[in-house]
Amino acid sequence: MKLYEYQAKAVYERFGISRPEGKPITDAKQLSAALKALGKGPWVVKAQIVAGGRGKAGGIRIVKTPAQARAAVKDLFGKNLVTHQTGPKGEIIAALLIEKSLPKIEREMYVAVLLDRKAGAPVIIASKEGGMDIETLAKERPDAIMRFPVDPIDRLPAYRARAIAKALGLKGRSINDGASLLSRLVEAFFGIDADMVEVNPLALTSDGVLMALDGKMSTDDNALFRHPDQAEWKARAPQPSAEKRAAKAGISYIKLDGSVGCLVNGAGLAMATMDIIKLHGGEPANFLDVGGGAKTEQVTEAFKIILSDTNVKGILVNIFGGIMRCDVIAEGVVAAARQVKMKVPLVVRLEGNKSAEGKQILKKSGLKLSAAASLEEAAQLIVAAVKNK
Amino acid sequence: MSILLDKSSKVICQGITGSSGSLHTRLCREYGTNVVGGVTPGKGGTDFEGVPIFDTVKEAVDAKGADVSMIFVPASLCGDAILEAMEAGIRLIIAITEGIPVLDMVKVKRKMAAFNAGKSTDERVRLIGPNCPGVITVDACKVGIMPGYIHKKGPVGIVSRSGTLTYEAAFQLSELGIGQSTVVGIGGDPVNGTNFVDVLELFEKDPDTKAVVMLGEIGGRAEEEAAEYFKSHMTKPLFAFIAGQTAPPGKRMGHAGAIVEGGAGKASDKIAALRSHGVVVADSPAAVGITVKQHLFPKK
Repeated sequence: MKLYEYQAKAVYERFGISRPEGKPITDAKQLSAALKALGKGPWVVKAQIVAGGRGKAGGIRIVKTPAQARAAVKDLFGKNLVTHQTGPKGEIIAALLIEKSLPKIEREMYVAVLLDRKAGAPVIIASKEGGMDIETLAKERPDAIMRFPVDPIDRLPAYRARAIAKALGLKGRSINDGASLLSRLVEAFFGIDADMVEVNPLALTSDGVLMALDGKMSTDDNALFRHPDQAEWKARAPQPSAEKRAAKAGISYIKLDGSVGCLVNGAGLAMATMDIIKLHGGEPANFLDVGGGAKTEQVTEAFKIILSDTNVKGILVNIFGGIMRCDVIAEGVVAAARQVKMKVPLVVRLEGNKSAEGKQILKKSGLKLSAAASLEEAAQLIVAAVKNK
Repeated sequence: MSILLDKSSKVICQGITGSSGSLHTRLCREYGTNVVGGVTPGKGGTDFEGVPIFDTVKEAVDAKGADVSMIFVPASLCGDAILEAMEAGIRLIIAITEGIPVLDMVKVKRKMAAFNAGKSTDERVRLIGPNCPGVITVDACKVGIMPGYIHKKGPVGIVSRSGTLTYEAAFQLSELGIGQSTVVGIGGDPVNGTNFVDVLELFEKDPDTKAVVMLGEIGGRAEEEAAEYFKSHMTKPLFAFIAGQTAPPGKRMGHAGAIVEGGAGKASDKIAALRSHGVVVADSPAAVGITVKQHLFPKK
């Protein structure tokens, strides 16, 4: 799950990492209290979305008076902010972070801790040049990016942290400050079960203070069981309601832009099903992994979720019954299709254990559906059916 | 021969009394797997359908000489279960469990590397998975949740990051009369015990395997590394399919590891890397079997 900046900054506070003084607000009425608590301006009003590129898209405003602050808040709240990372629809602004504007900044740097999949361990990515998009920097000047491995048991010993601080070009007492900040960042990474924590920029102010100006973090949903405090983050996460509803039913669903709904068991096969629809000239409307069991209740819920997308003009069910018997699955699909009063073309491809019996059940159901003999045929049938609509 | 498992493998199941553990222990035994014991802390001394249950893995190893463990322990406890198996002397650990926190796997991997340091190949421990369907050596030993009947004995090895897509590929091959030697599911997590290259290395050395099918997906760089390994080390033909050509960036496609991040891990890049190194890539998931057939048995 991706965190909002204000949530990331609460994590900084918990782990003793300096940040600009700030207050999140979720309602315009909370603004005056926030300004009062922060004291004299200028302030920065920051739109809270999880996608990057806010600054360029006008999501960050520097304001000098309470009147300017009110105007910025009014302008931003509830708006869909479109950045180069959000897609054309943008991301709705449901919270704002009001921060005290910082004194003069002398230098901006970049540090992040993230999971290195190849090493199977975390790695620190650091650069003397902060503030810019790290992916752009990596492409344009890869030499400006440094990597330091993190040991999962020893984490980041002080001497290694000091070496990184030096490599960032810090001098004098800032070396120890930087080392301490890096160690805390690594502790935060493990402490919240993150897969990424990124400070961009890490600022050195003209009075010699190191501060995390921005915060991007994402956490591992598989570790939610040991972080009951993250349930609140999860509830606020910017996830479409259909995806949330699916997650509750143990279904993995992601809405896409096409018209062919897919209901598949297994993530790899679900992706492959999307691919074969595209190969036959159709566009998948979603990714959907109904899970291993593919029981009637889950199939019914999956149909409902797919049909909640009004772009869907047909559904392809592709189930490879491994341990589950296809006749049982077929009964489930038939019952579910009846229950949701299926009106769009339905193509069902069942393979595996007792598939002949399964196909018989589909045929006898009296439902308007096509039983496909292979994955290839299933894709052809559904794409043709959707095109004819 | 074959790889990883054969008829002599002595298998235990950690989590044998749970619903998945008991179901799949039964199905593995029906397939012919030699299941010598199960482990459920607190239930030692009882049995599951005649399979003795132990409180600890060490007891199962000491009493039965177990060398393979199939793990169904719940995600929150699974990292611990893997390390228990390692310390008890199990040499092949197959973790089926889905949803293990990635930092637990990071620690497991680090401890396994320390355990294996300086040891000979025979003494080392190997982890397959987690979040995988397991391993099957056809007509000899099945350790996992894959259906046995879709497989036919033969010369093609399969290695895959997914579950049902693997069944699909094995089924296509079997339907065309092309059998499999061993089928290995390495799992869909970002940090796992065994990667594509490890399994390709084993298949390359296995006299019973004449060709290999690799089923990859978006995310990470494991397929690119496999392509490089193929070019520099493999003499046997390699066929591949990469799932997720239509997956949008930034979205996790079910598997924790299946995500296109910052432009990296795209299916198109993987396919290009594989093809440029001489791997035959099927465009369609429905064409895996036929692609293998056309190359291996063009006259049939």
